[in-house]
Amino acid sequence: MGVLEIVRVVAPVPPARSRVKLAIAVAAAAVLLIGPVFLSTYWTGLLTQMVILGMLAMSLDLLLGYTGLPSLGHAGIFGVAAYAVGVLSAVRHVDFVTCVIGALAIGILLTALLGLVVSHVRDVYFLMITLALGMVLWGISYRWIPVTGGDNGISGIPRLEVHAGLPVAGPVTFYYIALAVFAVCGVLLALIVASPFGLALQGTRENEGRMKSLGFNTWLLCYASYVISGSFASVAGVLWAYYNGFVSPTYLDLTSSSELFLMVTMGGPGTLVGPALGAGALVLLKNVMSTYTQRWLLLLGTIYILTILGAPRGLWNLGKRG
Amino acid sequence: MVYLVTQTLNGLFSASLLFLIAAGLTLAFGVMRIVNIAHASFYMLGVYVAYTVMLRTGSLVLGALAAIVCAGAIGFAMERWFLRRFAAQPLAQMMMTMGFALVFRDASLMIWGGDPFTLRYPTWLSRSVELGDVVFPAYRLFVIVVAAIVGVALWLLNERTLIGARLRATVDDPDAAATTGINVALLSGLVFAAGAGLAAFGGVMGGPILGGYPGIDFDLLPLAFVVVIIGGMGSLKGALVGSVVVGMLDNFGKALVPELSYFTLFAPMVLVLAIKPTGLYGRA
Repeated sequence: MGVLEIVRVVAPVPPARSRVKLAIAVAAAAVLLIGPVFLSTYWTGLLTQMVILGMLAMSLDLLLGYTGLPSLGHAGIFGVAAYAVGVLSAVRHVDFVTCVIGALAIGILLTALLGLVVSHVRDVYFLMITLALGMVLWGISYRWIPVTGGDNGISGIPRLEVHAGLPVAGPVTFYYIALAVFAVCGVLLALIVASPFGLALQGTRENEGRMKSLGFNTWLLCYASYVISGSFASVAGVLWAYYNGFVSPTYLDLTSSSELFLMVTMGGPGTLVGPALGAGALVLLKNVMSTYTQRWLLLLGTIYILTILGAPRGLWNLGKRG
Repeated sequence: MVYLVTQTLNGLFSASLLFLIAAGLTLAFGVMRIVNIAHASFYMLGVYVAYTVMLRTGSLVLGALAAIVCAGAIGFAMERWFLRRFAAQPLAQMMMTMGFALVFRDASLMIWGGDPFTLRYPTWLSRSVELGDVVFPAYRLFVIVVAAIVGVALWLLNERTLIGARLRATVDDPDAAATTGINVALLSGLVFAAGAGLAAFGGVMGGPILGGYPGIDFDLLPLAFVVVIIGGMGSLKGALVGSVVVGMLDNFGKALVPELSYFTLFAPMVLVLAIKPTGLYGRA
């Protein structure tokens, strides 16, 4: 099973199904690349949300899909990085480079610390502990009012282009910056999951006992996966703070973490492309539906239930034999 | 000293509510390995249903009965038609309960609106009890006593009855239990329903103090999870000890360092996990 899974991930998928997938992927890439040239500011904004959250979903996929560690507190790390940008740029007024590096460092340090707590547990235990930790981070953002501004959050984050002193500004510029970061992160993650390290992660997911007896330090593998995943989540958090211009506790709450979980599960864990598309689909759905109905959560809950009933391994994995 | 006693009693009051919620959560996990994200939603449903019934009848007892029956029936249906088909797939089950949690939250917002409210005290409990210098609301004492009775009843059920023996056998090893003729499927449904009913009862008990508002489900959920993580998943005794620990910590944390009260919950959880990953009374 372990070996088969590894072969399946690395080897090209059979042609019949891959043609449809290739078409979808090419269409998505085309929209991402040239979309903003034709689209209105509103749609460019949506595309920006899609690539940032797509990045976040891919980072969770490394943990959930490839390592088999279901984190339900991933939005917490994303949110802490976003808050760090808020505090550093809008309160402390530091320059762009310090702000970005500082925020990333805080996000990565946080995962490095939390990783020590969570890396020795698996499955549902991992789920419950990350859920609790995520809620703790949310609680801090909500209650530590002198630093985080409590329920109001922190506003007044400068636009990224302005803060970085770029000669061009505007939503389209920001979009292409986000897209570039998304592409770099996507390529890095694809390289990681195909590397010997990535294969070892998948081996740990399939059969930890066997990996241990082969001499792998599975604790370290899980820890590394958690920290790497958190690092990419921090990158997404930094962009998200700049995109919105403010940060608030809702970024970290359980609904955010679970929406993220849904993006990955609905898209197809262990595929990277699936979760990114899942993120896109959910952003699109959320924004389109909210113009028609107030009952977004009801709809979201129904999507969860239908996804699990209809495509428990995600849309991108439909038709793949388990 | 008076302050200490009052805060301890407040802590016990929180612990009582937490125990009512966590008992069902830990049993559902023990028997079915279900991580039920929708569990605190049953608490919320309990408050809302009791509120509606009490508006009509004015009776806390009727309200509590209606809440228990409603949540129990919904829980039973949820387990029977949505969770059982994903037996031994904890992630799929978790996602399913997550979906239900969102549906419950939005549905109750739709039905009951977003205005916060509290349940009315029964008149004979809307006074204070004086013990020396300590003045304490009678209702809170009442909840502590009720939770203690529920705890003893659960313990008796678990240790002294046939159904309890079956339950313990199923927690230990569902497959072996099934081979001895225990109807694990029915037992699972009943445990899930009873857990939902207990949480709803917790909602009614907490209603006059904490009230009901949109979001109370996700406010209580992490507390319940910390209880179960500290106590050990699947253990009733663990749920009791965990509730007291979390109730006290939460209460004293909020009283002493309100800004970082989540830390006071988080630290002991980390400590327990570092020493014993399965919790105080949990088995791997």
